[in-house]
Amino acid sequence: MDPGFFVVQFLNGLATASFLFMASAGLTIVFGVTRIVNFAHGSFYMLGAYLAYTLAGIFMDAAYGAMSFWGAIFLAAVIVGLLGILLELVVLRRIYDAPELFQLLATFAVVLIVQDLVRMTWGGEDLLGPRAPGLKSFVLVAGRRFPEYELAMIFAGPLVLGALWLLFHRTRFGVLVRAATLDREMVGALGVNQALLFTGVLFLGAFLAGLAGALQLPREPANPYMDVNIIVEAFVVTVIGGMGSVTGAFLAALLIGELQAFGILVFPKITLVLAFLVMAVVLIVRPYGLLGRPQAESHGAARAGAGLAAGTPLQRGFWLALLALLLVLPLFADEYSLKLMIELLIFGLFAFSLNFIMGWGGIVSFGHAAYFGLGAYGAALLVHHFAWPMEGALLAAPLVAGTAALVFGALCVRLSGVYLAMLTLAFAQIVYAVAFQWVEFTGGDNGLIGIWPASWAASRTVYYYLTLAVSLAGIGLLWRFLYAPFGYSSRAVRDSAIRADAIGIDPRYQRWLAFTVSGIAAGLGGGLYVFSKGNIDPEVLAIPTSVDALTMVLIGGVETVTGPLAGAALLTLLKDFVMPLTLYWKMVMGVLILGMVLAFPKGLVGILADRLPALQARPAERERPA
Amino acid sequence: MNGGAMLEVEGLVTFYGRAQILFDLALEVAEGEVLVLMGRNGAGKSTTLKSIMGLVRPAAGSVRFRGRELTGLPPFRIARSGVGYVPEERRIFAELTVEENLEVGRREAPPGKEPWTPSRLYALFPNLAELRRRRADRISGGEQQMLAIARTLMGNPELLLLDEPSEGLAPVIVDQMVAALTGLRQHGVSILLSEQNLHFAGRIAERACIIEKGQIRWRGTMQALLADEEVRRAYLSV
Ligand SMILES: Nc1ncnc2c1ncn2[C@@H]1O[C@H](COP(=O)(O)OP(=O)(O)O)[C@@H](O)[C@H]1O
Ligand SMILES: [Mg+2]
Repeated sequence: MDPGFFVVQFLNGLATASFLFMASAGLTIVFGVTRIVNFAHGSFYMLGAYLAYTLAGIFMDAAYGAMSFWGAIFLAAVIVGLLGILLELVVLRRIYDAPELFQLLATFAVVLIVQDLVRMTWGGEDLLGPRAPGLKSFVLVAGRRFPEYELAMIFAGPLVLGALWLLFHRTRFGVLVRAATLDREMVGALGVNQALLFTGVLFLGAFLAGLAGALQLPREPANPYMDVNIIVEAFVVTVIGGMGSVTGAFLAALLIGELQAFGILVFPKITLVLAFLVMAVVLIVRPYGLLGRPQAESHGAARAGAGLAAGTPLQRGFWLALLALLLVLPLFADEYSLKLMIELLIFGLFAFSLNFIMGWGGIVSFGHAAYFGLGAYGAALLVHHFAWPMEGALLAAPLVAGTAALVFGALCVRLSGVYLAMLTLAFAQIVYAVAFQWVEFTGGDNGLIGIWPASWAASRTVYYYLTLAVSLAGIGLLWRFLYAPFGYSSRAVRDSAIRADAIGIDPRYQRWLAFTVSGIAAGLGGGLYVFSKGNIDPEVLAIPTSVDALTMVLIGGVETVTGPLAGAALLTLLKDFVMPLTLYWKMVMGVLILGMVLAFPKGLVGILADRLPALQARPAERERPA
Repeated sequence: MNGGAMLEVEGLVTFYGRAQILFDLALEVAEGEVLVLMGRNGAGKSTTLKSIMGLVRPAAGSVRFRGRELTGLPPFRIARSGVGYVPEERRIFAELTVEENLEVGRREAPPGKEPWTPSRLYALFPNLAELRRRRADRISGGEQQMLAIARTLMGNPELLLLDEPSEGLAPVIVDQMVAALTGLRQHGVSILLSEQNLHFAGRIAERACIIEKGQIRWRGTMQALLADEEVRRAYLSV
């Protein structure tokens, strides 16, 4: 083949790497110091692009010449940096000591809010930015044309790396940041005000994200999806590089950039999957990434857990009344309410399965959508390609999801904390990418349609009863697990791996089992889901589905058994209520989630349990962390 | 002694989880003195120092420094009020150079006091002088201990909380440490020292407290302790 082609492809890889690095550097720096995985980093990137678009327009009108372009980019980055400070002061400062789940959800809520703010301000269309003055043409490389701007950008990444190196080694701020990345408590004990340091770090992180977004503008139009797209890539880069390591991020960006440039030649079909596969492999071989170091003690999924509801007579009465209500509901509910109830039950099971590994196994899964979606796709594919009946497909759904959970879980449970959350996310993204790109089998973006229940279950009422029976059975089984010796030992593992080890439980094995059981239950929910909708598309596997489940658990309260059910009910009803009212329901949801995290870290049922002694669970036999 | 005390600790109660570690602990450090807190492994020495520093939050009790209430303040405020802390595990910043470690600790001196500078500290700890560009994880354990003390001194503390500085050090290094700490006293720094090594403590401290199971069981002068074999046998595993 033409060698020039390879050279150009190599240069393309370098340019991609440069952008990936710039987009990830801030994320890894912020994580290193604050230990928060900041989803809103993608929002900063997007805001950088949009602000640069607007500013460049203003400056060019004022005819400042070439400076108007670069000035717009710099100013956009500074403004985004200031927004980073705002985020630190208003949100992050309150959640530094919160469990990881709360931190992830809080910053994801910011993503939702910013998405709608951007749509309000700039509309939903792609906005093509100006080209860089003086870099609009091509150069000839090995006889092929290569854009000048891309060539310039190849140098931008190393330039930023150099500037960061100087900052971190030649300034007091930089030395403090490096020290805080290693041991922030000690930095505080030496008299450094961490609050100020963190504010500064958020400025730096957001500035870098804004800069990367703004520089991106001449290559690709600003659009409302760039935030989630870039954050997923930036996660991959920072995780591969080792979270907190800037040099690691640079190496990882090079790896991913070149892999994409050449991978597309070898495996054009699985480019999306490739990056995640690399990440999974790196994490399996080096659990803390290329240049990462073991994380300091994590906060764990949940703090002191309330014990299991012991089942006071009052509680039993409440549950029986609720069950009776659910049983007679079809007598007076209309079609629409039944449809809503079906959804509510399914998500109740899904959220319950997530809480099962999170609240009770100490595993924060950020990709639980994978198992729900695999159940749904498993059933749909069997119906579509192999003409299975509904009954068989419904039985197969949990098996498909459970098998995946068994395999993924074996790798995931070796990790903990944020790395674990990121690996679960990576697996979910792999599954998503397969569903999206394997068009012949999965229908790709359009998904599969016509997945209807068997004729006996075709009526809404019958399907409601079917869903009620199956989801309650699923929940009941998980509940049994919590009470069984397995549940106790699983909680022992969550509370103290070392202690569990001492009493003869292999913590890894327990976590693995919990992960698999949870996957099976989520898959069951997915199976019910696809037949209730009649169709399926990759959205069901995407990040928002995982976040929905996390939100449900959060609303209900991680520390309670019944919380996820209440949370699922509330979120489903809320979405149903809010969505038709406003175009900007994401913002409403974001504000609600954020308010919830900041105001009621115990969730709804947690609050109720505190107030109503009747609902109160037995205190757990565990020590509160100091 | 009351009124003149620089650090006054009263009724300190500290828990880790549900396990109570300190029981109504009280001690005082006078201006300019070296007080040693002695006790067996697990007696609660480190917990006492961490409670004073705000690194663990006591459930009850009060810590006053120069009459100012420190209880409940975040560690950086306590450090800024003039208390320096050197942890038992040293906790030097492994990936930073010796010089950079010192930089992290740097803070302005109170008015009228001559501030510690790297060069003054290199005079106090001569070993560190040649190592200033070396990464802190590439120096010996004794040097790391000296660095940890020097780093804290960069904040110009008036009281130093020193947690078992002699632990695991070779005898030569222990001698250097004694010299350095004696030098510190001459600079007017007060020290609350936690130790298990009676010999080491005897060379620098003038008063001692003995802690066992989270309570002070004995207090007196260092001479009295060295003379009283019964007390030593009861509370110290010498
Ligand atoms: N982080 C911790 N969590 C739980 N218990 C602890 C912790 N640190 C120390 N302890 C316990 O507190 C007691 C006192 O420890 P410590 O203050 O370190 O003693 P010393 O410094 O005198 O050896 C010991 O029983 C120890 O096991
Ligand atoms: Mg100790």
